[in-house]
Amino acid sequence: MELNSKIPPGPLAEKWDQHKFDIKLVNPANKRKYSVIVVGSGLAGASAAATLSELGYAVKCFCFQDSPRRAHSIAAQGGINAAKNYQNDGDSVFRLFYDTLKGGDFRSREANSYRLAQLSVNIIDQCVAQGVPFAREYGGHLANRSFGGAQVSRTFYARGQTGQQLLLGAYQALEKQIAKGLVTMYPRTEMLDLVMIDGRARGIVVRNLITGKIESHAADAVVLATGGYSNVFYLSTNARGCNATAIWRAYKRGAAFANPCYTQIHPTCIPVSGDYQSKLTLMSESLRNDGRVWVPKAKGDKRPPNEIPPAERDYYLERKYPAFGNLGPRDITSRAAKEVCDEGRGVGETGRGVYLDFADAIKRLGAQTITERYGNLFEMYERITDENPYKVPMRIYPAPHYTMGGLWVDYNLMTTIPGLYALGEANFSDHGANRLGASALMQGLADGYFVIPYTIGDYLARGGINAVNTDMPEFRNTEREIAERTSKLLSIDGKRTVDSIHRELGHIMWDYCGMSRNDAGLRKALELIPQLRDEFWKDVNVPGSDAELNQALEKAGRVSDFLELGELMVRDALNRTESCGAHFREESQTPDGEALRDDEHFAYVAAWEYAGANAAPILNKEPLEFESIHLSQRNYK
Amino acid sequence: MNLKLHVWRQPSAKDTGRIESYEARDVSPDMSFLEMLDVVNEELIVAGKRPIAFDHDCREGICGSCGMMINGVAHGPQKATAACQLHMRTFKDGDEIVIEPWRARAFPIIKDLVVDRSAFDRIIQRGGYVSVNTGGAPDGNDILIGKSSADHAMDAAACIGCGACVAACPNASSSLFTGAKITHLGKLPQGQPERDRRVIGMVEQMDIEGFGNCSWFGECQEACPKEISIDVIKQMNRDYVAASARASSNE
Amino acid sequence: MNQVTRFWRSTIGRKIVMAVTGIIGIGFLLAHITGNLLAFKGPDAINSYSHFLHGPGAELLWAARVVLIVALILHVAAAYSLTQQSHAARPDGYTKRVPQASTLASRFMRWGGVLLLVFIVYHILHFTTGTFHPGGEYVEGDVYHNVVQAFHVWWVAVFYMVSMVFLGLHLYHGAWSSARTLSITGDSPHPLKHQLSVAIAVVVWLGFTLVPLGVLLGWIG
Repeated sequence: MELNSKIPPGPLAEKWDQHKFDIKLVNPANKRKYSVIVVGSGLAGASAAATLSELGYAVKCFCFQDSPRRAHSIAAQGGINAAKNYQNDGDSVFRLFYDTLKGGDFRSREANSYRLAQLSVNIIDQCVAQGVPFAREYGGHLANRSFGGAQVSRTFYARGQTGQQLLLGAYQALEKQIAKGLVTMYPRTEMLDLVMIDGRARGIVVRNLITGKIESHAADAVVLATGGYSNVFYLSTNARGCNATAIWRAYKRGAAFANPCYTQIHPTCIPVSGDYQSKLTLMSESLRNDGRVWVPKAKGDKRPPNEIPPAERDYYLERKYPAFGNLGPRDITSRAAKEVCDEGRGVGETGRGVYLDFADAIKRLGAQTITERYGNLFEMYERITDENPYKVPMRIYPAPHYTMGGLWVDYNLMTTIPGLYALGEANFSDHGANRLGASALMQGLADGYFVIPYTIGDYLARGGINAVNTDMPEFRNTEREIAERTSKLLSIDGKRTVDSIHRELGHIMWDYCGMSRNDAGLRKALELIPQLRDEFWKDVNVPGSDAELNQALEKAGRVSDFLELGELMVRDALNRTESCGAHFREESQTPDGEALRDDEHFAYVAAWEYAGANAAPILNKEPLEFESIHLSQRNYK
Repeated sequence: MNLKLHVWRQPSAKDTGRIESYEARDVSPDMSFLEMLDVVNEELIVAGKRPIAFDHDCREGICGSCGMMINGVAHGPQKATAACQLHMRTFKDGDEIVIEPWRARAFPIIKDLVVDRSAFDRIIQRGGYVSVNTGGAPDGNDILIGKSSADHAMDAAACIGCGACVAACPNASSSLFTGAKITHLGKLPQGQPERDRRVIGMVEQMDIEGFGNCSWFGECQEACPKEISIDVIKQMNRDYVAASARASSNE
Repeated sequence: MNQVTRFWRSTIGRKIVMAVTGIIGIGFLLAHITGNLLAFKGPDAINSYSHFLHGPGAELLWAARVVLIVALILHVAAAYSLTQQSHAARPDGYTKRVPQASTLASRFMRWGGVLLLVFIVYHILHFTTGTFHPGGEYVEGDVYHNVVQAFHVWWVAVFYMVSMVFLGLHLYHGAWSSARTLSITGDSPHPLKHQLSVAIAVVVWLGFTLVPLGVLLGWIG
């Protein structure tokens, strides 16, 4: 497989402008003759669908939720980064770019990260124009805060609901186009396969989740904006419906899957409380601005937190990373929590938790200020745990949150399949091995509003796209395969529920391919996952029929894909014997336990190619070349 | 604790539904309400029965997917809380819980507790946006917005579109939902040029969809997981009258 | 579509009509009470007020009657059609529904309204036309006599006093909700507060109850 990243030549700061000039344009009168399918209606999908239709393309947009407004982007709390430098604190496009690259441990593509930083400023302007109610200062100017380890205040926010407000902005833009009849929306519709004709992506096969009907849709290009795959861990901060089916089926049709092992574990989530638990709730990272993280110095200290005197507390982040303290990057902070819990110093009933303590901040700033800053988060915490964080320190623990890996895309966001694009969390390109806080929203919107509208035109304008229709055998055959797969799932009639198998997969992934990984564990997972997959196909119980709303069937399809994707993640983690960003290989660490990169051997993107059901996937490498910066070892001490 | 559930079961839109009863055993007080339903569903599947269908997704109270009448109260007994954030410690051992779908002509039942809320999307389509295409937006700080206007707009914009307001309203009115969007955009300078068109269009659509009128019962505000104030309905009325007056003077 | 038609067809338009006509009604009731209370000053005061209305003030009276009748018809027509629409908006009710915030008054607006309509008809037949006047003879123009005679019949007095409780309830919710429908109140952190409408409801209820109660207890007549 040839991986041509199509990075434009020229100086870093001019690449995107030059590229926009070089790529072909579609004649405005011809745009309506081209059709584009957008799968997913989150920040990337909704913004892409709206913008493409504004340009004149005939757009169909699909989501599995009952309304595009419910995509999981809505749950992002903290904010969105932009290199506006409104605070005059030394921010710039280059600084945001450098922070992104460094935060990602130099495993992202330089040109993509730079473009992302460039576009960040346009995003804010666009969202303001849409009426997104960003926080404002008394003078009427946009407010900023610093976030997730950044040394500048570049994060824009709308209370603790930034993702919601940005998504509603994109959703409203989308509804505006739907009202004009320029986008056809298909809610409660799930993509189950990609259809290829003459080596190009030409459509999708979907299931109408209400009637169960399998339908085909043809188009000139297909855009996947279907989010990440953290739910492979079963418990994650993702919504229950988040799944990898669209990108996984695209992978099986020939799209390379890049860096699947890069999964971000968010440090501030509410710990697991029991087996029934269905998801983990994230507490905004902004809490670390005022909260202090600690555990007891002594192992197995079961005293209530307020009875442990300061001298017997270990503020381990402040101790280990004096420069950044409690505000270090997510991967480092998460791993530090795991370490202290592994030492037996974790708190709470399960021992898998650390304290996030606001007592000092309340003393310093007053409860009033803390309420203003975090009131709704405190309420949410109390609602879930029945503990009052004004009086008792919060308990937090890391949880799977975001996947930096995804479909391999070139600079145009096109996958290795011509005509198939991947946007937002579904692709791999901008965050490297670890994503900065408040950068996911930025990437989703950059891809959707400002990248794909240009780059898709280049593909369409180059021609060679023949007329197709859904009666062609490629569509019919794919529909048949889907129907067969569905009836297989329904006919097994075994003993195990889909959730129980999913939960077991989650345990395997968390134990062996979670916050830290080692050779033996990964090899063990490589044995366990196929066994579990066999068990799934032999003993799963999916009740109901395929001709109705059948949530168990939906889940079964998604879990069957997670059972395959999980194995690829493990393979990738096993291959990458270095530590980088969120991928921590125990074999590769500095003497004091920090991640140790191996630039000589691993400065590449691992793009895995499907080789058939019974063959090992093929590893392709895209070397990462850095023209503008030199690689340094991350140091947050 | 052990509970008895009385759940509305309806195989599809065409079928007639009825209440069926289930035991929920060994429920932990730390479970969320939906996790309790997950556990009941797991048992139903193992017993060869059909699990209870209900909409849910983020399970952190923001996506607006979930929603059901729990003992006659939209989203259940805890104020400002969506069903997914309701925890079982609100109940006690031996409680009986009646669970029903949202009921409104504009929200037809799809299955069990799942209803079709696409009417909300169609209301937004009639003007719940600012008509600005991508590109060409001025700098974010070129439009100055006072903190209190921004805060007011945000209060209204917090709506998650769950439909609890409709479900709780004795008239099945969607005024809180519609008023929230009108208020969000109406408080901001970006929303001014289309303000009249927006309110007339959205109110008309709300009526076309078959929602009832607002009688100021105040139930919607009480049911709203985001505590949106019925002041937004007042704003909608005011805008509607002003827009109607301007429209007729232009006739 | 004609703007007036569109306005009437919209739920908000009809609510506005209800609010405006309701406020006209409240204005009338307050004037009515002022007149009634003249009964405490004796026959001359109230009868001369009546003679004024039927003599020099007749044009004013008729103008008021026309406005009130039109207001009443619009109020009832809007209420009827909105009620029909609300019922249609939820064809299948809940097995269980527990009101959380709504007042009894708000939930009794429709039935209370019907009851008040019946009362109004009875009241006009009783005191305006004298068609139905139990307990004695109706004397055209002698308001004091008619009132005293009527309320000496205990069940008539009770019927009036009970009806006034419903009127008070109707106004308690109606005054508050009209003000909100017309958006003539400011935004409030506690928008469910009803202070002004409590005052109006109490004044109207008490004002109208005093006369039959006064007759019954012998303060009047």
